[in-house]
Amino acid sequence: MITSVPPAAIFIIGAFLIPFLKGKLKTAYLLLLPIIAIINLLNLSEGTSWIVGFLDYNLIFCRVDKLSMVFGYIFVIMGFLGTLYGIHVKEGGHHLAVFLYVGSSLGVVFSGDLFSLFIFWEIMAFASTFLIWYKKDKRALKAGLRYLLVHTFGGTCLLAGIMMYLYTTGSLEFSFIGINGIASRLIFLGFIINAAIPPLHAWLPDAYPESTVTGTVILSIFTTKTAVYVLARAFPGTEILIFLGAIMTVFPIFYAVIENDTRRVLAYSLIEQVGFMIVGIGIGTELSLNGAVSHAFCNILFEGLLFMCTGAVLYVTGTSKCTELGGLYRTMPITLMLCLVGAASISAFPLFTGFVSKSMVIQAAADGHMFIIWLALLFASAGVFHYAGIKIPYFIFFAEDSGKRPDEPPFNMLLSMGIVAFLCILIGIFPGVLYRILPYPVDFVPYTSGHVLSQLQLLFFAGLAFLFLITYGFYPKEERSTNLDTDWFYRKAGRGFMWFCNHPAAKFNMWIDQAFLKGARGFIWFCRNPIPTLGLWMDTAFVMFYNGFIWFSENPVSILVSGFYGGLHLAFAMVSKGLLKISSAIEKARDRAEKQRVFYKELIEHGPPGGDARSISSDLFIAFIVFAVFLVYLAIRYFL
Amino acid sequence: MGYLDDPENIKKLKKVFFTCLAILVLIDFIVPKHPHFSLERIPAFYAIYGFVACVSLVFMAKLLRKFIKRKEDYYDY
Repeated sequence: MITSVPPAAIFIIGAFLIPFLKGKLKTAYLLLLPIIAIINLLNLSEGTSWIVGFLDYNLIFCRVDKLSMVFGYIFVIMGFLGTLYGIHVKEGGHHLAVFLYVGSSLGVVFSGDLFSLFIFWEIMAFASTFLIWYKKDKRALKAGLRYLLVHTFGGTCLLAGIMMYLYTTGSLEFSFIGINGIASRLIFLGFIINAAIPPLHAWLPDAYPESTVTGTVILSIFTTKTAVYVLARAFPGTEILIFLGAIMTVFPIFYAVIENDTRRVLAYSLIEQVGFMIVGIGIGTELSLNGAVSHAFCNILFEGLLFMCTGAVLYVTGTSKCTELGGLYRTMPITLMLCLVGAASISAFPLFTGFVSKSMVIQAAADGHMFIIWLALLFASAGVFHYAGIKIPYFIFFAEDSGKRPDEPPFNMLLSMGIVAFLCILIGIFPGVLYRILPYPVDFVPYTSGHVLSQLQLLFFAGLAFLFLITYGFYPKEERSTNLDTDWFYRKAGRGFMWFCNHPAAKFNMWIDQAFLKGARGFIWFCRNPIPTLGLWMDTAFVMFYNGFIWFSENPVSILVSGFYGGLHLAFAMVSKGLLKISSAIEKARDRAEKQRVFYKELIEHGPPGGDARSISSDLFIAFIVFAVFLVYLAIRYFL
Repeated sequence: MGYLDDPENIKKLKKVFFTCLAILVLIDFIVPKHPHFSLERIPAFYAIYGFVACVSLVFMAKLLRKFIKRKEDYYDY
């Protein structure tokens, strides 16, 4: 019993050994690794395993059910065939990028939780960017950068959505989500960017044709199909996908018809083909989901084959442009045959892969009585034959002879293309091989006489239209040109925005800066000059006020105080002076009284000095008598 | 010399092609069908739709080209 490991692990861990290997050992290792992955995949049993605890959540690296297995099968098969196709590439880093890319795509397909899905999603974006950058020219460098920006934008939306989803539901489990609230819408947006749903599709025809020969083949397989896978798992039956998908099947055809670069024509055809899958997911019935998944499976084969053919032509001639190619059927018959198998498959000719898968989606639309959608899908079916089925082989291998006589591409390319072409026919003839591994039981018979006839009529008369238009000169001439698409908004308009930033906005900014600078200068001047001046004035005023206050406190108050005390002193002085006067008067009176007493004592003891004491008393006696006589006189006069 | 450099060969191929077209239209009346929409009841509906779709596709694409075509180095500085 062999225990299986997550399919992603083999590619991702195995990739890091590549830089240490050289020569034949490296070649053997590169081819062996996908084969180990295929064996490992066949040993996987249904259910979830490799559950790793991370923080409080469980990361599920190996969720195996029918839906993931379909994608798992085709991814490992193409991992092998893509590696075989590009085995001649010398740069180890190129192979490393391919293995990381394939591994992370498998990681997305088998992850059972949103967190590990996001991590693989981002590895996918970064690894695939290197497949563009390995072209090593200026256009590739820029295209790769734009590609990376778009995908990191998508990844950011996805991450934000996942965070919000976790917050609202508390679960990281990756299963049916459905459009419901902002979190799911952000996740949806992240997914549909990778599915190249218009108007978010422009990264695909912008970047894929700028990639390396092998890189374009690998790129065409994984990013869009993982997006189809996650949409089929998380958003089946989302009605808006029907309309977006229908638009997606129709509009790239117009671009493809007038596009000159065959690889870009195929890039548009890729969008158109993914449109069928998106419609299938949008309808959401078992038949339509089977159709979407099986068409993804088949598309990987025939789209890969066509990219391989145009890549091979680019490899041997150095160009993939219609204007520089033509008449190569003479020296590249094998490539031509393989290309025709791819062309027949993408056009859904009976007996080729496209027929057994695409017709399921169209049938599902018809069953749902979606008339307009059905007409759009038929239109796309006729159109795809027109540009991918006829235009690509016609302008490369026939048309006007370009004079180029290149050899067939290297054997490894032819072998790889041969195996893919074989698978295209095998599934076309025995659809049961594919139908058996689809997620739902298949109750659909592609080869009814009605189906076959209607499809053949559609295709043959589309061919007639091409013949008619070419013969009468109505067919648009292949011209070297750039056709505007929605990437204009971030390429030209973005540049316009940068111009706006660099000119008017920068000027305005400079003006504001200058104003600020002037203001600052003025402020500094103001601080250095008026403020000290003002300060001086203020200080002066304060000193003056202070001085005044001191003067005030020193003078009027002291006057008051001293006045008060002075008055008090004066009063005391006056009082004491009065008292002094009184006391001296009393003293004088006492002295006089003392003199009298001494006088009277002398007089009593010694008699009158110099005379008779009686003489004085006789004077008084006489005076008393006179006074008495006068009183008697007065009394007599009064009574009389 | 390639096979298609001879105009006779091209004529032969065209004959085969036109014969196929004729057969496809003719057996349309014999083969049983299960139409979902009334349009499908029109004889050789798919043939007409395929032809009309592609002719209109090309004319619309030509019209589109008038609006969106720029020089090849349009995005280069």
